[in-house]
Amino acid sequence: MKFGVVVFPGSNCDLDAYHTVKDVMNQQVEYLWYKEKDLKGADCVILPGGFTYGDYLRPGAIASLSPVVESIIKFAREGGLVLGICNGFQVLTEANLLPGALYLNLSLQFRCVFTHLLVENSQTPYTKLAGKKVLKIPVAHGDGNYYADPETLKRLEKENRIVFRYCTPEGEITRESNPNGSLANIAGICNEEGNVLGMMPHPERAGEEILGSSDGKIIFDSILEFWGEKR
Amino acid sequence: MWKAKIQVTLKKSVLDPQGVAVEKALKTLNYSNVGDVRVGKYLEVSVEGKDREEVEGQVRDMCDRLLTNPVIEDYTFEVTEV
Repeated sequence: MKFGVVVFPGSNCDLDAYHTVKDVMNQQVEYLWYKEKDLKGADCVILPGGFTYGDYLRPGAIASLSPVVESIIKFAREGGLVLGICNGFQVLTEANLLPGALYLNLSLQFRCVFTHLLVENSQTPYTKLAGKKVLKIPVAHGDGNYYADPETLKRLEKENRIVFRYCTPEGEITRESNPNGSLANIAGICNEEGNVLGMMPHPERAGEEILGSSDGKIIFDSILEFWGEKR
Repeated sequence: MWKAKIQVTLKKSVLDPQGVAVEKALKTLNYSNVGDVRVGKYLEVSVEGKDREEVEGQVRDMCDRLLTNPVIEDYTFEVTEV
């Protein structure tokens, strides 16, 4: 399977994502420069974390207008796998590939901590192997507070598109386990078809035990499993 | 030449964490009579155009397509000839 990792000016988790795919998962991977439209034959495109364009205007807003995102929108509409992590999630909402918006953390603080995620939907290509497990994956962001209007939230819940919620290590959804004030403890959502996933936590930073958790690897294992079944 | 002055605020339905912090700070200065503080953004854009109607239409498009996020933000603007 071939992955593409997008590089914008200001991306800073592109190397981590590349490393996880190449060295932990032993898959092919190429960087995709934001000014180019060519996705280089990637089967799964990762929009990594970082601060594209210094978060000017709004996180992800300017990046969502770049040539590579134009191709990613087309790729996603054709069913291609697109994973947006942290700033990548913000780019996906700004590009209207996912509903809602991510804005300033309620605490006003940049939060860099391990969080626990309840997998609410294990039918997506990204969570097939996660079951109802609680995943320990870190966040690192200042603008991860998810908001959607009540109608959109209702729709997301009805269509089972809330993929991850922040929870306690035991899997309880509490206010204290929510690092950013996100609506309904939302940590990650997918599109209607399930091929586009946006999540604030960083699975690529938790792919090996030496990093404090290898639960992030389950996301990448799931993608490979999905891809294997599809072929 | 025209100048557009654009004000962006979080929608009323969206909690404004910066506004809450600023309100608390005002209260520590003993302004006990303040409330509903909202922190927003202000943008200025110079626009060349024939008439007001055309320029206002363009500014509205800019706000809808890039300058604001309609999911969380509201905007107002004012266009003056300069």
